[in-house]
Amino acid sequence: MDVNRSPLPSKVEAFFLGMAGLACFVAIWVAVSISGLVPRQFLPTPWEVALRTFNLLWEPFAGASLPVHLARSFERFASGFTLAAAVGVPLGLLMGWFRWLDDMITPVFDGLRFISPIAWVPFAALWFGTGLGGPILIIFSGAFPPCLINAYRGARFVDRTYIEAAQMLGTGNLRTIVQVLLPASFPAIVAGLRIGAGLGWQSLVGAELIVASAGVGYMMVQGQSNISTRTVMAGMIAIGVVGLVIDVALRQLEAFVRRRRGLR
Amino acid sequence: MHISRRLAIGTATIVTLLVLWPVLTLVTGTIDTGRFPSPIQFWQSLRQIVTVGYADGTLWQHAIQSLKLVVMGFVVAVSFGIPLGLLMGWSRRAEAFINPVFLLIRPIPPLAWIPLAILWLGLGDAAKIMVIFFAAFVPAVINTFTGIRMIEPHIIEAARMLGTGRSRLVMEVLVPGAAPMIFTGLRLSLQASWTTLVAAELVGAITGLGRVLNVAQTDIYPAMVLVGMIAVGVLGWATTRVLVSIELRLMPWLSVRA
Repeated sequence: MDVNRSPLPSKVEAFFLGMAGLACFVAIWVAVSISGLVPRQFLPTPWEVALRTFNLLWEPFAGASLPVHLARSFERFASGFTLAAAVGVPLGLLMGWFRWLDDMITPVFDGLRFISPIAWVPFAALWFGTGLGGPILIIFSGAFPPCLINAYRGARFVDRTYIEAAQMLGTGNLRTIVQVLLPASFPAIVAGLRIGAGLGWQSLVGAELIVASAGVGYMMVQGQSNISTRTVMAGMIAIGVVGLVIDVALRQLEAFVRRRRGLR
Repeated sequence: MHISRRLAIGTATIVTLLVLWPVLTLVTGTIDTGRFPSPIQFWQSLRQIVTVGYADGTLWQHAIQSLKLVVMGFVVAVSFGIPLGLLMGWSRRAEAFINPVFLLIRPIPPLAWIPLAILWLGLGDAAKIMVIFFAAFVPAVINTFTGIRMIEPHIIEAARMLGTGRSRLVMEVLVPGAAPMIFTGLRLSLQASWTTLVAAELVGAITGLGRVLNVAQTDIYPAMVLVGMIAVGVLGWATTRVLVSIELRLMPWLSVRA
């Protein structure tokens, strides 16, 4: 496929281009920070943020050190996301195959889907508290729609010829879903899981910003009210790194799936 | 034929749920009205916020404020995101240059920008637009990029072989080819915009639907929470409808559902 696009830069060239891009970004940041265009307190230099992040690894802030806050957040994330994927993907596939189920669930789902996950925070707090149950509901409502939509769209846009071939050979409903729709829409599903994981993780952070007594989000709110931009940025980095680890893991899965399919 | 069947099943489901709601809350008492309001409580709260107002404003004022911010943030984000996605999808060099910075910023969830936005810009509109920008930008870029990369190579080969120039190739092959993915991205962007706005308003705002939710939560007022959620949902739905009708007009060959 590469041949058809603009010339593919060599590995070395791509590496230097990337480095140049990063250098530009950091240079602008440092320039703005050092020149005093923005007060240092509100835009610390990259190394000040790095130092703060490093210190937070041991030094407790808002009741715990950074790794402890992260562990609390991740535990909630893992439970909510697993639940969302376990319900969303099968439901999406079923809806892509059975028209009546699609007709039944779509209106309800459409109604609920437009309520942003964060809007569930008040009910989540009221129903399940702010410990584990409430946040799980919020992560679920964030991660569920992409899981479902991608599985559904994947199943609906499967090449008709596969389905026709399967049906001609007398394949039943369940086998068609598991052996035709599921594999054919797998790239879409994994992409959905990736988006879902991202949204779930960010919904969690949002929930922690609003109601929590621990977790990275809570640490950042405390940093904000102490006008410690460094702490806020350290929190952003920590959230970003964990999010990235989750994303890379799912990206590996996606690449693996595509390779097995012979798609690039 | 199919439309009517679809409508019938959908209506039946909704009607069933609407009948179950008063039965479970008022008649059997299976659902505790201290946790989830009955239709009567819901109606009273709705009347209260429409006529008297709640959390320093009527429903109309809160809704307009939220809608205004979402539209502004979304439009700004998309008008940067789609061109960037096109550029990165087409030019391997541009991808190599931009991607590391993008990768650096992208993992930070939009909601994580809220404390920083408040530190920098306070609790006003500007902070919210900044946060919405970060939320809506990423899906627009990623989906446009993926859309370009997913175009079948022989379509591009064919266009090239026929001597299509660069600008025509972009406008007549790449953009239409990537359009379904781009619109998927736009819908995600729009949804992300609402999510972030509500979160930002929950954290701190003077008016807006998030503020309604926040005050209702503090007052332990489930009926008003439900009113706020439904208002957010209705606005999210309405904006998506607008987007879908644009999508269908531009790509009549796809029968996409909202």
